[in-house]
Amino acid sequence: MPRDPEITPELIQKHGITPEEYERIRGILKRDPTFTELGIFSVMWSEHCSYKNSRLELRKFPTSGGGILVKAGEENAGVVDIGDGWAIAFKIESHNHPSAVEPFQGAATGVGGIIRDIFTMGARPVLCMDSLRFGPLSAGPDGTTEDLAKRNRRLLAGVVAGIAHYGNCIGLPTVGGEIAFDACYSGNPLVNVVCLGALRHDQIRKGRATGAGNPVYYVGAATGRDGLAGAAFASRELTEESKEDRPAVQVGDPFMEKLLLEACLELFAHPEAVVGVQDMGAAGLTCSTCETASRGHSGIEIELDLVPQREPGMSAYETMLSESQERMLIIARKGHEKEVERIFEKWDLHASRIGEVTSDGFMRVKKGGRVVAEIPARPLADEAPLYAREAQVPAPVPGLNLRDLPEPEDLGAELEDLLADPTLASKNWVWRQYDHQVRAGTCVLPGSDAAVVRLLLDELAPGFGSTPQTSNATPRISPVKYLAIASDCNGAHCRIHPRQGAKMAVAEACRNLVCSGAHPLAATDNLNFGNPHKPENFWRLRECVEGMAEACRFFGTPITGGNVSLYNESPEGAVDPTPVYCAVGLIEDEKHITTQEFKGAGDKVFLVGDLGQGLGGSLYAIRKLAKKVGPLPPFDFESEKRVQDAVLAAIRAGLVRSAHDCSEGGLAVALVESCVSGEAPVGGSFRLPAHARADEILFNEAPSRIVVSVAEGQAEAFAKLCAEHGAPCLEIGTTGGAEFSVTLGGREAIRRPVASLRAAWHDSLAKRMED
Amino acid sequence: MRFGVVQFPGSNCDQDCLHAAGAVMGQDAFYLWHKETNLCGADCVIVPGGFSYGDYLRGGAIARFAPIMASVKRFAADGGLVLGICNGFQILLEAGLLPGAMLRNASLRFQCQMTRLRVERGGEGPFASTARTGEILRIPIAHGEGNYHADAATLAELDRHGQVLFRYCDERGHTTPEANPNGSIGNIAGITNRAGNVLGMMPHPERAAEAVLGSQDGRVIFDSILRWIRSRHISSAA
Repeated sequence: MPRDPEITPELIQKHGITPEEYERIRGILKRDPTFTELGIFSVMWSEHCSYKNSRLELRKFPTSGGGILVKAGEENAGVVDIGDGWAIAFKIESHNHPSAVEPFQGAATGVGGIIRDIFTMGARPVLCMDSLRFGPLSAGPDGTTEDLAKRNRRLLAGVVAGIAHYGNCIGLPTVGGEIAFDACYSGNPLVNVVCLGALRHDQIRKGRATGAGNPVYYVGAATGRDGLAGAAFASRELTEESKEDRPAVQVGDPFMEKLLLEACLELFAHPEAVVGVQDMGAAGLTCSTCETASRGHSGIEIELDLVPQREPGMSAYETMLSESQERMLIIARKGHEKEVERIFEKWDLHASRIGEVTSDGFMRVKKGGRVVAEIPARPLADEAPLYAREAQVPAPVPGLNLRDLPEPEDLGAELEDLLADPTLASKNWVWRQYDHQVRAGTCVLPGSDAAVVRLLLDELAPGFGSTPQTSNATPRISPVKYLAIASDCNGAHCRIHPRQGAKMAVAEACRNLVCSGAHPLAATDNLNFGNPHKPENFWRLRECVEGMAEACRFFGTPITGGNVSLYNESPEGAVDPTPVYCAVGLIEDEKHITTQEFKGAGDKVFLVGDLGQGLGGSLYAIRKLAKKVGPLPPFDFESEKRVQDAVLAAIRAGLVRSAHDCSEGGLAVALVESCVSGEAPVGGSFRLPAHARADEILFNEAPSRIVVSVAEGQAEAFAKLCAEHGAPCLEIGTTGGAEFSVTLGGREAIRRPVASLRAAWHDSLAKRMED
Repeated sequence: MRFGVVQFPGSNCDQDCLHAAGAVMGQDAFYLWHKETNLCGADCVIVPGGFSYGDYLRGGAIARFAPIMASVKRFAADGGLVLGICNGFQILLEAGLLPGAMLRNASLRFQCQMTRLRVERGGEGPFASTARTGEILRIPIAHGEGNYHADAATLAELDRHGQVLFRYCDERGHTTPEANPNGSIGNIAGITNRAGNVLGMMPHPERAAEAVLGSQDGRVIFDSILRWIRSRHISSAA
């Protein structure tokens, strides 16, 4: 076996460790680190694992209140009460860099990682969702060449196939999410994946190593050289040479994860046998051992020769830093070894005993009986240096001069063009590749404002149906919960005005939940930003966090955890600030489940909220000018709240036939979407006052607006309810017919067959991907 | 009635089938572990969807060697009802309980979507007695390998014995290429064995058994199974 290299300043720098950090390491160890220890510190103190550049900012988020049972950062995922003794665990995580280099496996292993985070908490995973960003799919004036567009299409196809591969096989419905396209993501796509699971309060598991002498088991796939130091890879900018980092991308095996998932949930039904569990995600064996020890205020000792290995001759350094997928660390209770081993064997998994819990506070790693690393667990896991980076206000995004934007002659053609933009067009080409109905609980399919999933609580309980002899000869009514989930973030808005853009992302996600009939409960966030060492980037990060935190406090949706992905930068520059916000809500009654599409002819259509004005930040203007222009339309919390409260009250009163958030693309796009997103398209004729330029009225992206359809006989009651809540409410038309028409101040502005609008919207993405 | 739902390690529609047969239809429903051989007195065995053993090679290629499948084969030979859904259909093909084979979808992509099925032989048999011939059922699919294929002789055989139970169709009942989601020959969505007691189908009736999920048309299959088993219980009691 080759000898470990000597620790030199170059080697330290190569590990991304600064001279000051190295001194800190020497202070902790009271000596120089070994090569293996240097590797261990480099991954644990990477941004990906330690959040050293963002943690001071993350502390600004509200993380308690409401029904929070496990707070952000305490465990692998936060846990929120949903009543009746049940709770949900959910979290978002990014796999941006791996997906940029190897889209299929990068995305697949991202899904695998977040699912492990959820079942590690003791929860039965019930759904997945994704928030994706790519560069444009066709060449255009924003600088996208045909070659680049082709690469973007390949990335989209690969990422979608990877998500489908993993989620479909393990049997979790991918129920929705969002996808947007912009030139800023061309070199650096964003792949953020969400998983949500359900559990009884008494099933919450902790990732803790306690009780000296308790055995430590390794279960799952063998360790290979794949994904070596992936966490460190994720904490660098992407460059031309990044493709040489392909070994840092792991390969996923969803079947193996399915076995781990089922075996772990079965094991958790025996709380006497298991003390703690931790998945081996980023930083693999290193992170799982030192974190469980640190949380348990204990120590841990492992022997690497006992770790199942896929290839011969792996060094201690490689074994500790491998990010091979589908591996779990189980802290069993002494005396229950047989029970633990039997459950894993039932699922054809081998549990290898690799060490035990100690009481001295050290993470001690041996190889062939020789100590190769000996580090105090707590400073390693929890005392990475924290940096308050320098922030600097960047040059402002220019404001729109309407004179640069000639008023179009054919507004109908303009609308059709906009509907075919991949950011607005139907994503059916994507979600048809996802099994979005497995687990037989998806009540609202992908494509509406929020996904709605039914939880049958009794049937989620461990061991349900596993006893063949019991008879349940009468239909049983299981307690039911209906969850709504939606994610949002408009990167262009966050570029133009980070603080307000982040507030609007929160507002929009909550509005999406309200449109589906839910009240928001809690949220998870994924902060996707550029290199934090660049003061402008750090300023954007801070502004977004502060805006989002304020909005979370206002809407009463604490952050239950999430992920930070910095260094989203390619040679062309940083991505737009993209703080993805994913909110979860509860629908009180099945009858309240509401979707966005018009339900038939003869219904009255209302706009709840203002007509809005100004095209700053609108997709319409950004497309036309091929650059981002401000300012954002005004936003205030109180107006938003009035709109949401009015619509939710109306839904609960049974007055609402459809509700749809009006956001990207503006009012005209929202109206068309309500016309065409059902199985049978419904036309409509709409009339709006002409208070501004026609394109301003149709395409402005003023926030805090919802398009609602109401049965004719209930129009009056609906208007009255909105007035009671102080929400502006304007009757703007009637559904029905085969045409979509809009008049402005009495003059016809648009008249189009609804079928042609539907075709533009429905088939655009498939056409671009298959041509 | 007793429904046994086979559970391979990679089954992922097992819970949905248990729910449909148990909570929705109000029957006894329980799992049958793949390593076991006892069918626990099931009147109907459901081989559910999923990825039985990962199925990286080919859907169902390994599952047919499972201990439980030997029992399922004997059960079928004795006239017991076997319903294979999605991966379950693939497994029944691999196990030789049904003729033909599955190819990858013509699109080469996984397809999850609502489909319409035309009932080819309603009013009789164990699986469609409560449906009318020509009736259209809305039941979703979700698979990557559902492109049913058989040689001309086998297809002629299937036709002659009325073994094609469901074909993909449009809203008017026409079996057009546009209504075919996966390239299946003759728009075939589900077939039975010659005796009629084994059904394999790619669409998921267990996902279309409750109004809140968007369709209840899948209940026809469960209703028909119940009616069949009841009539057999009555005739064996008489």
